[in-house]
Amino acid sequence: MDRIEHHLTDELLMAYASGNLPEAFNVVVATHISLCDECRARLGAFEAIGGALIDEDASVTLSEDALAATLALIDATPEAPAEIRHKLGSVFPAPLQDYAGADLDDVKWRAIGGGVKQAVLQTSDDATVRLLSIPGGAAMPDHGHNGMELTLVLKGAFRDEDGRFARGDIEIADEDLHHTPVAEHGEDCICLAATDAPLRFRGLLPRMAQPFVGI
Amino acid sequence: MATAALAKDQDWAELVRRIHEKQDRQAFTALFRHFAPRVKAFLMKSGAGETLAEEVAQEAMATLWHKAHMFDPSRASVSTWVFTIARNRKIDALRRQRRPEPEELPWGPEAEPDQADAMTLRQESEKLAEAVAKLPDKQRALIEKAYFGDLSHSEIAAETGLPLGTIKSRIRLALERLRHAMG
Repeated sequence: MDRIEHHLTDELLMAYASGNLPEAFNVVVATHISLCDECRARLGAFEAIGGALIDEDASVTLSEDALAATLALIDATPEAPAEIRHKLGSVFPAPLQDYAGADLDDVKWRAIGGGVKQAVLQTSDDATVRLLSIPGGAAMPDHGHNGMELTLVLKGAFRDEDGRFARGDIEIADEDLHHTPVAEHGEDCICLAATDAPLRFRGLLPRMAQPFVGI
Repeated sequence: MATAALAKDQDWAELVRRIHEKQDRQAFTALFRHFAPRVKAFLMKSGAGETLAEEVAQEAMATLWHKAHMFDPSRASVSTWVFTIARNRKIDALRRQRRPEPEELPWGPEAEPDQADAMTLRQESEKLAEAVAKLPDKQRALIEKAYFGDLSHSEIAAETGLPLGTIKSRIRLALERLRHAMG
């Protein structure tokens, strides 16, 4: 497994464990955890807190026929639905394959200028998540954020004001961070990026293009 | 009290095993009587009306039956496992969203869950439950809101009128207490 230097925060892990993140963020968190044993173990602890909390409240009662109704439900669906099979050895961990296709070759990229390509994934509309492909040595347009942005590296690496990010590393940016990620020379850098508000570009040209490219 | 509760989760795990191995309806009934009301309470705190909460709680308990073969007592207590099932049903039924889950870990050399690991996990779950029960009221209330209220920290700030910094620091303190109790 790759050596991962940049991890999820407690706040994000708690929100993912409790099911309170937008779907787009859940995709990024589930993909990071698939690559990161440390965050997987931390998630286990946050889910255990949920277990302890749920176990304490016995104040509600069910209708009298609830057990019979549930047994009828079990009889009506005798088999659990088959598990979806995922491609082994893909650049995309299993949860991402469900949104983006089995591997890089299945992505429907759209060029957004400067050799950068993106593919927006289908999720609920309270936040958005996209794959980005940045040519080695190229910079992402300089941008700030109105909300939170998560960027997870899947292939290649980038650097910005916060350090170096390679496969499995996740950068968590908020309003305060204006950053300019630059892909390392060599292979294209493939990232998974989620935002809960449109990015603010500081240059004039990217801002004009913004409504058209959907960043 | 700690010992009694410890024995309890051991029993729950045994009941899940009996559902998996023998499709044992008595075992299911015992699990249902304990967990179904708790799942319904969780759903109501997450904003579901009583009728919907009841319906989704029943679906969650049916999922427990169907997924009994997936339960691994060396990785989670039954309470924790039920919580994750209820949470996923909540996202599916209340929010109508898919829930991306982390990739399953590849199977190790032994397919049977390790008994010693399962024992350690039970003891830790019990310790955690006690530590959660002993949290100071203010910290506990915020942890509950964060888990069950379907709210982000900023939304909790708007709802409670507390500054965002206070909310973040109380939740951080609560987590530190829990870590200390587990250390």
